[in-house]
Amino acid sequence: MSGGAPGIGRREAVRRIALLLGGALVASDAILRGGTADAKGPAEPFTQADRDLLDEIGESIIPATDIPGAKATGIGAFMAMMVADCYSEREHAVFRDGLAEVDRACMSRFGRPFLAATPAQRGAVAAELDAQQAAHEAARAKDEPAHYFRMMKELTILGYFSSEIGGTRAVRYVEVPGRFDADIPYRKGDQAWF
Amino acid sequence: MPQDFDAIVVGSGISGGWAAKELTEAGLKVLLLERGRNIEHITGYANALKAPWQLPHRDQVTNAVRGEHPLAARDPFLREANADYWARDAECPYVEERPFYWVRGYHVGGRSLMWGRQSYRWSDFDFEANLREGVGVDWPVRYADMAPWYDHVEGFAGVSGSLEGLAQLPDGRLQPPMELNCVEKAVAGRIRDRWAGARRLIIGRVANLTREKEGRSACQYRNKCDLGCPFGAYFSTQSSTLPAAAKTGNLTLRPFSIATRVLYDRDRRRALGVEVLDSETRQVTEFRSRIVFLCASALNSAWVLMNSATEVWPDGLGSSSGELGHNVMDHHFLAGATGDPEGFDDRYYLGRRANGFYIPRYRNLFGDRRGYSRGFGYQGGAGRIGWQREVAELGVGAPLKEKLMGPGAWSIGMTGFGETLPNHRNRVRLDRGRRDAWGLPVLAMECELGENERLMRVDMVNDAAEMLEAAGIRNVKPLNMEYVFGQAIHEMGAARMGRDPMTSVLNAHNQVWDARNVFVTDGACMASSSCVNPSLTYMAMTARAANFAVDAMRRGDL
Repeated sequence: MSGGAPGIGRREAVRRIALLLGGALVASDAILRGGTADAKGPAEPFTQADRDLLDEIGESIIPATDIPGAKATGIGAFMAMMVADCYSEREHAVFRDGLAEVDRACMSRFGRPFLAATPAQRGAVAAELDAQQAAHEAARAKDEPAHYFRMMKELTILGYFSSEIGGTRAVRYVEVPGRFDADIPYRKGDQAWF
Repeated sequence: MPQDFDAIVVGSGISGGWAAKELTEAGLKVLLLERGRNIEHITGYANALKAPWQLPHRDQVTNAVRGEHPLAARDPFLREANADYWARDAECPYVEERPFYWVRGYHVGGRSLMWGRQSYRWSDFDFEANLREGVGVDWPVRYADMAPWYDHVEGFAGVSGSLEGLAQLPDGRLQPPMELNCVEKAVAGRIRDRWAGARRLIIGRVANLTREKEGRSACQYRNKCDLGCPFGAYFSTQSSTLPAAAKTGNLTLRPFSIATRVLYDRDRRRALGVEVLDSETRQVTEFRSRIVFLCASALNSAWVLMNSATEVWPDGLGSSSGELGHNVMDHHFLAGATGDPEGFDDRYYLGRRANGFYIPRYRNLFGDRRGYSRGFGYQGGAGRIGWQREVAELGVGAPLKEKLMGPGAWSIGMTGFGETLPNHRNRVRLDRGRRDAWGLPVLAMECELGENERLMRVDMVNDAAEMLEAAGIRNVKPLNMEYVFGQAIHEMGAARMGRDPMTSVLNAHNQVWDARNVFVTDGACMASSSCVNPSLTYMAMTARAANFAVDAMRRGDL
C-alpha cells in the first residue's frame, strides 16, 4: 500500500487498517519512518550532550505532572537509539540538524540555549516548534521528510507511553485481561487501556 | 533416521498439520517435512509474554529487520516482535513480473502461527458458481461433500461464532461467540432494520477458543496471537494438530528440510517419495513413501510440482492439462469505509478482543443482481484508539499528556474482502535464471485484478459508506487504497481441482491426475476463491483427502 489512498497518509492508513481488521492484525503505527536498508549509511553517532538535550526536549513535550514525565523514562537515549536504528539516512540528518534548530529557536526567543532555559521557556519553544511542524506536515510533499520536531514528538509519545512508567502509570496495561467486557461505563478522566 | 514411510507430508502449516494428524491417527508412519526451523509450542514463542517496554524498539521495525525482510516490510504486518516468524526475503526472493506480495512463514507451524484466524464455511453458492457462470472449471465437490469435514475440523480446531442460519454462510459446530462492543451492536441493529435482515453485521467466526478444550485454554483477550499463544487458545499446528499427531507415535518431524521434488516412477505413473535438501547441511536425501501430501502453501506446492519436471512431464508433475501454475487467486481488499460513531463517549470496554465483526456476502444472492459476478464480505471493527492515535492537533506539554492518557473518540472501519475470479492468465512460473540461497529456481508471478474485481470494488466502497451512513455514523469516509495481488495473504489456485484431467491438475480427492498417490490439499487446489477466508476450507479439504487416501490404501487402491 505504498503511498496509501490519496489524501490519507501511510500512518493514518495503517492505523485504519488495524482498526478495520478489528484487532485481527495489530499494526504498530507510531512511527512508520525509516527507509530501505540501502538508504541507511554511516551516520554520526549521538553524543551524551545530544541525549541530554533530547531528554529535555522530550520532557517539554511530555512533562512530569503528578506522574513522571518523559525524561524519567530515559527518553533522550531512546530517541537517539530509534533514530540510529530505524530512520533512513535522510531522516536521520533532518533529526540531527533539528537538535541545533531547537537551540537556535530558544536563543532567538529567550537569548539562551535550550538546556539553559527555564521549563516555562522550554515549553514555549516546544509549542512554537510544534506549530511549525503542524504547518510543515500540512504542506509536506509525499516524499519529503517530516519536520524534525514532528519526529521528536512522535518518538517522545512512543517512548513514553510504551515505557514501564508510561504504560503502567499514564495508561493502564493488563498483560492478561482474561476476559472481554464488551460494554463498560467510561467516566471522563479514566485512563485508557494500553 | 529411517528413509521409508507410509506417507510424506510436505509443509507443516495449517494444511500439513492436518494431513499429519489425520494420517498418523489412521496408523500411518508419517514423515512431516518443514523447510524452516522448529518453533516449540509455548517455549518457542520468544516474545509472546513480553511487556511493551521489553521490546527494545517498542515493536517498531528497525533498518536491520527491514534489510532482512524488504518485501514483507511493505506491509504493516511485520513488527519487531514477530519479525522472526517471517521468511527472510533475501534468502528466498521471487520475481514480480507484476506487483505481488508473497508473505511467507518458513518454520514449523508455517503461517498457522500468524494467521488472522477468521474461519468461515463455503456454501453451494461458492461451489456451484463456476459451473453456473461458465467461469474456470466446475468444482468436483459440493457443500454436501464438505459439510462432514467442516464439522470434523471445526470440532477439533475450535471456532467461536454465532449461529445465523444464513444459506451463504453455513453454520457449523461453533463454540460460543465473542461479543460485539456497544458501537458494533448499535450499528448491527441499524443495518438489520434498514435492510430487513438481508444485510447483517455479526461477530467474526474465529479459531480462538471461548471454552477451554483438551489442554488448551480459552482466549485470554491479549490480542498477541501472532506471537504464538502460550495459552494455546487459538488454532495453530503447534497448539492443535502437531500434538495430536505426535501422540500417536507415528510422526517424524524433520525441520530444515526443503522438499525439492517429488520422485516419479514414469512406468507406474506414481510418486516414489520426495527429494529433500537439508537447508543447513545442504545434504540431499531421498525419502520413500506410498503417498505424498503437498501442503507447502499454494504457491510452494505448485513450485514443488513444477520443479519435479521429468522427460515425461517437462513442465512439471501435474502439468498435462497446461493449468499447473495458472488460475492464481487472492482476495482483493482495502476497499470500504471509515467513520466516527457519536454518542458513545461514556462507554468503553475491557480486554483486547482479537477479532472483529463480519458482514456476510449479500450481493448477487437471493435476487440481487449486479454488473459483476460473485460478491464480497466485510471485516471491520469499532474501538477507541489510545495514545497511538493521530496527534497533530494536540499540542505539547501537560495538556497533550493528559489527553493521551485517556482513550480517543470512537472510530469504526471496515473493508470488503472480494472474490477474485479464476483466470488462466494469472500465473506463477519457475524462473530458472534466478536462484535462491540454496541454488533453487525461484517463482515469477504475473497476476492482476480483472474487470470483474474492479467493478466489485466500487460496490465495496459505496456499500460500506452507505451502511455506516444508515447506522448514523458521522464523518463517513470512503476507503479505497491500492491493493497489491497477494496482499490479503489468501493466495490460492495454481493446481486446481476439477472433473476433467484435460482442464485441471487435481481430481475430486485432491489427487494429481498424473500421479494418483500425490495429493495437494492446501490453497493450490482451489478452483475458485469465494469471498470468505479460505483456511477452514483447506483444513476440511485436507482431512477429507487424508481419510480418502487411508481408505484407498486399505482397499489396496493406492
